[in-house]
Amino acid sequence: MSEKSAGTVSAPQPDKKYPLPKLSAPKMPRGTLYRGNTGMWSWVLHRITGVAIFFFLLVHILDTALVRVSPEAYNAVINQYKTPIMGLGELGLVVAIGFHALNGLRIILIDFWSVGPRYHKLMFVVVILLWIVLLVGFTPRHLMHVFGG
Amino acid sequence: MSTPTIEREPVAADAIQSFTATLIIRRFDPEVDEEPRWEDFDVELFPTDRVLDALHKIKWEQDGSLTFRRSCAHGVCGSDAMRINGRNRLACKTLMKDLDITKPIYVEAIKGLPLEKDLIVNMDPFFESFAAVQPFLIASSKPDKERRQSPAERERFDDTTKCILCAACTSSCPIFWTDGQYFGPAAIVNAHRFIFDSRDDGSQVRLDILNDKEGVWRCRTTFNCTEACPRGIQVTQAIAEVKQAIMRGKP
Repeated sequence: MSEKSAGTVSAPQPDKKYPLPKLSAPKMPRGTLYRGNTGMWSWVLHRITGVAIFFFLLVHILDTALVRVSPEAYNAVINQYKTPIMGLGELGLVVAIGFHALNGLRIILIDFWSVGPRYHKLMFVVVILLWIVLLVGFTPRHLMHVFGG
Repeated sequence: MSTPTIEREPVAADAIQSFTATLIIRRFDPEVDEEPRWEDFDVELFPTDRVLDALHKIKWEQDGSLTFRRSCAHGVCGSDAMRINGRNRLACKTLMKDLDITKPIYVEAIKGLPLEKDLIVNMDPFFESFAAVQPFLIASSKPDKERRQSPAERERFDDTTKCILCAACTSSCPIFWTDGQYFGPAAIVNAHRFIFDSRDDGSQVRLDILNDKEGVWRCRTTFNCTEACPRGIQVTQAIAEVKQAIMRGKP
């Protein structure tokens, strides 16, 4: 009798949410960062410097356009640029433009030079070396100007 | 709960020394989980074992619900591409001795394609863009004999014939992660294979398809694809050659 009724009794319906097992899992549900090589990181840096330069150009066009509004306003803004904070900002600008320009040449060579893709890592090393040479030449002299040397 | 595999002694003392490796696998069961979660497994392995062997041991001895694709298990079919320690690799071609076993080994599904379960992703978008470049011989002329091709002409596209469509390249591409519309490296590699084939007459069609906004011009030369390719195809080089062919207007 009990066997017969066992077939008709419906099993308890499981809740929509099952209990999750306890796991000693690292808190990284998004997945690990893709471990790309020089190519990927040069692209990331190229994108960051590119966006930074875009915002500089935006501000630069606005402050230059001020001369059409009134020369006094233009002079006032340009004088603001002569503070040490803006001087450090200019250093950052040269850092960004230096990398973006040199790496841009590297990307052009990868796309247009038939053996470019083969030497992309070597070219990245050359870009970094030229960048360092550029900054070693520029930074001390620029900081002397900014901090009144 | 202890697993019997951990305590087991090596068969012979002078045999190759086995070790216990920890694999941390990013798991996702669509019927239970709302978010993927990480789960770790200890597996006893030999240095000559591959990551695929580790996954097999887990599935067969510890947790049968672990889900992953594999068919030939010898690097030919291209079903078991996954992210191993943050890089796209074939599990069947990655030896344990080439990984740092003192640290846990992270295994997760390839990125940029919809996650279905554990290490399995939906490959439909990948194969759709593959099909879109018309990866087959388009020849209008019907020769009386075979289509002749010199060794030099065959050599021109030899590199891109090696593709096994494992999606390791496409799912390593940062552009593809953020913009699924991009054809992706694998589709361009397979277009390259026919664009530069002297027997093929459909090059112009494929160059027009790839001259699209979402075509080859989305390539930002990050070289992730070239480093991920388990067949050693110079993927970025192939994409650059297609770019140049589009600008020339002919292969």
